Amino acid sequence: MKHILIIGATSAIAEATARILAQQGDRLYLLARNQERLSTLAADLKIRGAVSVGYRHLDVQAFDTHAAAIAAAFAALDTVDAALIAHGTLPDQQACETDCTATVAALHTNAIGTVVLLTHLANRLERQQSGTLAVITSVAGERGRQSNYVYGAAKGMVSVFLQGLRNRLYRSGVNVLDIKPGFVDTPMTVGFEKGVLWAEPETIARGIVKALDTGKSVTYLPWFWRYIMLLIRSIPERLFKRLKL
Amino acid sequence: MELSGWGKYPTINAEVLHPLTPEDVLRRLRGNLQHPLIPRGLGRSYGDSSLAPQVISTRYLDHLLRFDASSGRLTCSAGVSFADILSVFLPRGWFPPVTPGTKFVTVGGAIASDIHGKNHHLEGSFTDHVSRLKIATVSEGIVECSREQHPELFYATCGGMGLTGVILEATFGLKPIGSAYIDATLLKAATLAETLELFALHQHVPYSVAWMDCLSLGRSPGRSVVILGEHADQGGLTPGKRPRLVVPVDMPSFMLNRSTLRAFNALYYNRVRKKRTDRRLHYEPFFYALDGLRHWNRLYGQRGFTQYQLVLPQEASLEGLRTVLERLAASRHSCALAVLKAFGKGNANYLSFPLEGCTLALDFRLEAGVFELLNELDRIVLDHGGRVYLTKDVRLSAAMFQRSYPKWQAFLQVRKAYGADQRLHSLQSQRLGL
Repeated sequence: MKHILIIGATSAIAEATARILAQQGDRLYLLARNQERLSTLAADLKIRGAVSVGYRHLDVQAFDTHAAAIAAAFAALDTVDAALIAHGTLPDQQACETDCTATVAALHTNAIGTVVLLTHLANRLERQQSGTLAVITSVAGERGRQSNYVYGAAKGMVSVFLQGLRNRLYRSGVNVLDIKPGFVDTPMTVGFEKGVLWAEPETIARGIVKALDTGKSVTYLPWFWRYIMLLIRSIPERLFKRLKL
Repeated sequence: MELSGWGKYPTINAEVLHPLTPEDVLRRLRGNLQHPLIPRGLGRSYGDSSLAPQVISTRYLDHLLRFDASSGRLTCSAGVSFADILSVFLPRGWFPPVTPGTKFVTVGGAIASDIHGKNHHLEGSFTDHVSRLKIATVSEGIVECSREQHPELFYATCGGMGLTGVILEATFGLKPIGSAYIDATLLKAATLAETLELFALHQHVPYSVAWMDCLSLGRSPGRSVVILGEHADQGGLTPGKRPRLVVPVDMPSFMLNRSTLRAFNALYYNRVRKKRTDRRLHYEPFFYALDGLRHWNRLYGQRGFTQYQLVLPQEASLEGLRTVLERLAASRHSCALAVLKAFGKGNANYLSFPLEGCTLALDFRLEAGVFELLNELDRIVLDHGGRVYLTKDVRLSAAMFQRSYPKWQAFLQVRKAYGADQRLHSLQSQRLGL
């Protein structure tokens, strides 16, 4: 039985992951913004087999509330074997190009909020001398593209932050896992036409649970994105800037 | 986005809404009254029942809400699938009280279609096991209903094809089982009459269905393999695995032609050697044989297919089925799969399909002339006092519907009373005059 904290717990990937963990009989603590969905999810996870499910409201943009929320989670779980950060929004790239407030809001949710949460979590896990810190970033964070560079920049910032944390926490026995999904069919991507590269949240969730168990540093989900991104990263910038990606 | 039912015909360009909470459902339901809207679960109805310019998906309303481990009573959101219920509750010794031939249906869809299974003759249809519903309605907001509370809304919604409101949650009883295995018996019947006799003879067996060869060239019309089953009490409680086989693209439609189908049918019938075969099977192949092959609907090619499922009352069954089979034999269209089943008593729902007698389901690849053939079958069904299942239908006429579903006007009244007539329409409901 593991003790797992999930932030952004009502996101589709987090819910699917939580269901696998519940069915394994883990103890869960959930933080999320949508209170109605949060209490429903807690009931669902308990029926599926979670030994206990605690939950509390968290607005990722309200940075000054993070410490208290994480303290409550640690108090409820005692020790934390893994903390999974899964919240995120997909900003409208075109709106961001003309409206800085949209850009700032997207960066607050997807980057700064995550960094604040990570700072609190890293210190607690470092003291605990164990555990995994897992964050869902994105393949979009590996190279800026005109179609979604605000989102990509936020995710890229988190990935670099995680590299540093991984380096720092290595000696404390804390693993830092960067989860990089490709296209996933979730409420965040409702407006997109889905093609063969798209995956279901359940597929990503199975990959996350496996990566948590094996102590990986970085995982691409599904696996083929590792090779797609290898290709995309290897295109010289003088060529890349001409592409419509 | 492009949407179609399981039969891949017709397709429509629909706006799909994905509400995340019941309040969200209500807001969207009351949102844009000019646009016809219909709820949709996993899209397993064959024809146009879940198609409209706006579609409200229950995909993210998929939570288990309450479970009483002593009685097996479960309350869950409408978007929970039978596959999900099986994965959670089968290991604990519980099984759906009634299940259709695929586990990839939602509870909401099962209620809206009032689905039946191989145990209809003893257990009735799915909604006979549902005690309470919560529905988002256009004019009355979120309403709880049961056989005692707002009974007219309950009876209209069960089997009501999503046309009364959006089902949010349901309470129903799971049944206890001793293992994930089924003790099955295969019996060969050389004629239609013999098949019906076998159903009557084995009516105490919990599950029964017959697979029929309707292409055997007049020699023995209605020869079939009758499949009986009951839950075994040994073998463990391991749920099925995720399916690995998948049909990746639409197959060329000539693959399923009269000759290949005749060969397939003959092979299936003759594969069962003895008059009686007993074997123990996992529940997956017994109940969900085709679920092992994802996207099997692509086998029929790009133009899609339809299923014609009819029911005839007891006294007219043999005569009526014979007439249907004769008409089929005389046509150049062949059906790939024919499934026969004896139904028990029907229920009080306004639009439910089952009535005491015999049901026959026939799959047809869509091609010129199929609808004309089905119109002729309609007349035979009507003459014998039967009707056609709306969940499989894509072409039934309003006249045929209204003559064979006698409570359709009472259904319309309920639609009016809850404001559904202002907002909820599918391509099918518009065709049927609902």
